[in-house]
Amino acid sequence: MNVRQQVSERDSEPLHDTFLPSIHPVEFYQRDLSLHPPAYAPGYKTSVGRSPRKALLSLQNSLSEITGPVFGQNDIGLLDNDLIRNYARNGEPIGERIIVHGQVLDENRKPVPNTLVEFWQANAAGRYRHKNDTYLAPVDPNFGGCGRTLTDDNGYYYFRTIKPGPYPWRNYVNSWRPAHIHFSIFGSGFAQRLITQMYFEGDPLIKICPIVHTVADESAIDRLIAPLDMNAAIPMDLLAYRFDIVLRGRRSTLFENRLDGN
Amino acid sequence: MPQSLGYLKETASQTAGPYVHIGLIPHMAGFDIFQNNFGNVLAGAATRGERITIEGRVLDGTRTPVRDALIEIWQANADGRYNHAADQQKKALDPDFRGWGRTGAEFKSGLYTFETVKPGAVIGRHTRVMAPHINFWIVSRGINIGLHTRMYFSDETDANAADPVLNLIEQEDRRTTLIAKRTNRDGKVIYVFDIVLQGDDETVFFDV
Repeated sequence: MNVRQQVSERDSEPLHDTFLPSIHPVEFYQRDLSLHPPAYAPGYKTSVGRSPRKALLSLQNSLSEITGPVFGQNDIGLLDNDLIRNYARNGEPIGERIIVHGQVLDENRKPVPNTLVEFWQANAAGRYRHKNDTYLAPVDPNFGGCGRTLTDDNGYYYFRTIKPGPYPWRNYVNSWRPAHIHFSIFGSGFAQRLITQMYFEGDPLIKICPIVHTVADESAIDRLIAPLDMNAAIPMDLLAYRFDIVLRGRRSTLFENRLDGN
Repeated sequence: MPQSLGYLKETASQTAGPYVHIGLIPHMAGFDIFQNNFGNVLAGAATRGERITIEGRVLDGTRTPVRDALIEIWQANADGRYNHAADQQKKALDPDFRGWGRTGAEFKSGLYTFETVKPGAVIGRHTRVMAPHINFWIVSRGINIGLHTRMYFSDETDANAADPVLNLIEQEDRRTTLIAKRTNRDGKVIYVFDIVLQGDDETVFFDV
């Protein structure tokens, strides 16, 4: 194993701080669009009319892209990361109690600390608390289905919730979304902004979902599937799933003129 | 095989879906769950600068309003400085201005609105000054990865003519898709900025 491979072990130093003098960590790496779904994905019918037909104009980052809003503990409430309690009225929501946790990292393996993570989902029956959801499964009077938290200094986040159920949607006649939790993550710059969905290990609906398959790369799909994490479960109380999220990494400018304003 | 570089790969984007509001703007979706709700009013009482309203619609390929769109904006303060540690321009920070807002299109009309202040010009790459602009990010059902664009101001003709990003748009006709028209209504300054996802006057979107 060469030196770089050794140092690349999961729990070691972020790459660039170790090997390359980081003079002005500034712009983000070019996004690898092959890992993302294209705008036009005809298997997902709504994307047909809502996708640009013209090529995106690629921009080198300026201050507009590398800066972004900063959030703190004042922005969120104590129960915001507890979906079992944060909408409970006269009892607890029905369903499988789970912890969801993980780390937000960037492509350089650096943790993304103190960043806002927001999440939303259907209840255990697959029904969302949203006026536009008309699925016949019942709304749970004790479940809202949304929450948020900040990652800690190590980029670590956690919340607890009820495992969402799959639900039918009008794509094909018999289309069902696999059980999923929607995630929104900020990062430290506006160009890192990301919305994604977390799926659950072992769900047979993942393989046949047109939205999952807007992503062409099978490994990229695998990275959206959270594994059961028995070590994070609380015995006789909550199971757990682990979901790490990777945001774009920042370049180090070694020889170029630095971005003005820095 | 050469050595492995060892970078991690960015998590794949997925559509925000039709119920994005319950996660990001629950109060607008009609349900009260959080004490602090993020919203579309960026200017506080003490915020410096000219008060402006931005409004418009997100339109799809048939020019139908996208009624479930979720829009975020990020901008500099009235002096042209971002409230972020990476912006070290020698301009004043405005402690009463974060510079970020979020809203949804109104479910019936499809209209979105922001209340903010007009940003100042920000220095760009290689000492070129960028014309005043607001950074937009749009997600919704049917949008697989958030769309980035910028809104410029119709009353900034000289600055716009010199803007490094507008000048990158080869087809000059398309530059107008990023310029919001300044209007006055009931004593308020309103910039109208429609975002066209697809079609003849499709908005210029960026890969940032």
